[in-house]
Amino acid sequence: MSARAVAERLTVYDHPEIQRDFVVPRDGDGHPEAALLIEGIHCGGCVRRCEQALAGVAGVIDFQINLATRRARLVWDPAVVRLSTLLERLSEAGYPAWPYDPRRQELGYRRERNRALQRLAVAGFGMMQVMMFAVALYTGTDMDEDMRRFLRWMSLIMATPVVLYSARPFFANAWSGLRNRQPGMDLPVSIAIGGAYLASVRATLAGSGEVYFDSVAMFTFLLLLGRFLEMGARHRAAAAGEDLTRMLPALALRFDVGGDVQQVPVAELRRGDRVLVRPGESIPADGVIESGISAIDESLITGESLPCTRRSGERVIGGTLNSESPLTVVIDRVGPDTMLAAMNRLLSRAQLEKPRLARLADRVAGWFVAALLLVATGVYLWWVQHASADAFWITLSVLVVTCPCALSLATPTALTAATGALTRAGLLVTRGHALETLARVDHVIFDKTGTLTRGRLQLSEIHSCGELSSKRCLAIAAALEQQSEHPIARALVAGTDERLTADDLRATPGFGLEGMVEGRCYRVGSPAYVAEPSGKAIPEFENPGGTSVAALGDESGVLALFHLTDTLREEARTAVAELRQLGCTVEILSGDSPAAVARMADELDIEQWHGGLTPNGKLARLAELQARGRVVLMVGDGVNDSPVLARAQVSVAMGGGTELARSHADLVLLGERLDRLPSALRLGRRTLTVIRQNLGWALGYNIVALPLAAGGLIAPWMAAIGMSASSLIVVLNALRLSRVMPSRRRAAGSTTADRKTLTETAA
Amino acid sequence: MLSILYLIIPLSLIIVVVAVGIFFWAVRTGQFDDLEGPAHRVLDDADADRPDGNGADRNGHR
Repeated sequence: MSARAVAERLTVYDHPEIQRDFVVPRDGDGHPEAALLIEGIHCGGCVRRCEQALAGVAGVIDFQINLATRRARLVWDPAVVRLSTLLERLSEAGYPAWPYDPRRQELGYRRERNRALQRLAVAGFGMMQVMMFAVALYTGTDMDEDMRRFLRWMSLIMATPVVLYSARPFFANAWSGLRNRQPGMDLPVSIAIGGAYLASVRATLAGSGEVYFDSVAMFTFLLLLGRFLEMGARHRAAAAGEDLTRMLPALALRFDVGGDVQQVPVAELRRGDRVLVRPGESIPADGVIESGISAIDESLITGESLPCTRRSGERVIGGTLNSESPLTVVIDRVGPDTMLAAMNRLLSRAQLEKPRLARLADRVAGWFVAALLLVATGVYLWWVQHASADAFWITLSVLVVTCPCALSLATPTALTAATGALTRAGLLVTRGHALETLARVDHVIFDKTGTLTRGRLQLSEIHSCGELSSKRCLAIAAALEQQSEHPIARALVAGTDERLTADDLRATPGFGLEGMVEGRCYRVGSPAYVAEPSGKAIPEFENPGGTSVAALGDESGVLALFHLTDTLREEARTAVAELRQLGCTVEILSGDSPAAVARMADELDIEQWHGGLTPNGKLARLAELQARGRVVLMVGDGVNDSPVLARAQVSVAMGGGTELARSHADLVLLGERLDRLPSALRLGRRTLTVIRQNLGWALGYNIVALPLAAGGLIAPWMAAIGMSASSLIVVLNALRLSRVMPSRRRAAGSTTADRKTLTETAA
Repeated sequence: MLSILYLIIPLSLIIVVVAVGIFFWAVRTGQFDDLEGPAHRVLDDADADRPDGNGADRNGHR
């Protein structure tokens, strides 16, 4: 696309109505700030080069690229330069920038985190100051009364913003908890903070009595810190799940009224738009083919590794790859209606279904808090009768020192951190219970095709039927198939190093290719298509295990037959071995011929296997295992796996599997790396262990601390330290789970680098 | 002799207020948004070409 055409198209972003979607006035000086998504950022060097593209341009006030998220903020002076000019510059530099809807979740997270940071700052500074004064007040035994009063007033001044601003979330949560009749951890916390503060204010005004400002500030700060860590885990987990939407291409080629093609962001496509999808590019949204015939690689959605031929009038799915010929597609589903969006919703479902453990923790925490308040009241009444002066601060200590934090804070954090780790490793959790059930698995069932194997073809045998040698036939076939994206073509081309040239290529989608090599006309493709010009019969061939067969021929007949087999995933062996090490029995259940299954079981060292099974047969076997009390993990991808996936206690669908399989599975293995499975099992077990550790700690701590506090042996500041430290310990323990899984090795942007997108083939 | 504290302590409170204000400014201008990127920036050789708000880079070249 010419530079002028690009420039013209970008001018649309100068319009105020369009800008409303992604430009906001900056806080402070009101200059417009645009939220942009930058393509092509992979590393720190890219960031620098991209920022340099706008360096020195008059009117640019600020341009910051966030390496972690590939989003950028551009602040400029519209009186000096237009936004479209700046976007043009970026595009010329090789980093096209697109408006990004800031209403996405990410902005909300940023705001949440910034507010938490601000509260932490106020609490932290306040705490340090107040504690300094408190040390003086505690240790200065011969301080004169004036100084004492002065210090108390200073403490009050420093503690007030902490209570009124930093501690506000505690009060808000406690209040809403009360209104819903669900007492949460924040209720005793609020009572403690509020009560201690008010009592201290009264003591300051009266000029006598103890002040507890230091406990209040420290308590607030440490609790906020624990919450901040938990929030970080939550945000990270959510961000990892957003990756699924990045599988759609960012750009599309849309026909305008004049019949010319324009590059537009996919987000701008509407129903009824006609787009051009060239070979090697991804289809930008769900739609119907208007003209053209091609083979589409739908492995992303349906798991079919061999491309399906689609012609005019047939549906295509957004995100799938067009491998053979150009297509004109009329879009009929965009945004939330596309199939990829449906997959996204599966993931959201998981977040709504709170794991059983979390629900249990919530309920227990509720009872705990109620019991705690009763005990505190009892303690107060008892002490009031015996030594009224101390009653207040003893009760305060009781309220503060006991902490249901292991229940309310650590368990959710553990689950969030573990789920985030799973997601970063490419295992999307779609059902809330997945993690806890994974921990109990002792039997793993694998499907064969597409699960243990790649579903991708490799040349296994060449059978020469004519005078030409196998090698020569392969070279000719490869020459014809050089340009095609079809897996058969790729297998043939990969099988030889000889590069002959072919001319006059003509493709008959779904059947094969015809062309001239060194003066002779050849055909390569399905045996029937290849045998057509000669009219001769296709030579007999054996086909054990149902391999794919392609042929090469000319007008004299079929010259060679190519046998192509599915390749076993390299990591399958190690994955199976590791699963066995974890104490699981591994089994294969497949609909393929028993001979083929036997061969694979042998290769993978698996003892139990069943071949030639119908879907019902697989279900029966599953039922048999479950009747014996085994907890089964099922890994599959095809339509005939769905019932089994639904019945197994926990199931994993391969990322390239059918939609049906995916919606019935509890986890989706996006990266299709089988070696993540043993890690996932280990993570599940570790999560349960961590949760048990935390509960044990919390129980032990409370059993010891409560009697001590009730007996008046713990001062409020000790109680504050104890409770906060306990809270932090359990949260940090839970956060350890984030590191358990190996994560997909990816720099920002590698998912778009893994598959060809329109940007690489743009004019 | 300790009376100097009556001056110093309020001064320190003012300093704290200033410090918190600076922190708030940092949060609002996005200092805490991207904790990865700046680490890579350090490895850049020529960081003289960066916009400084008036369309000129650090060396004053336009």
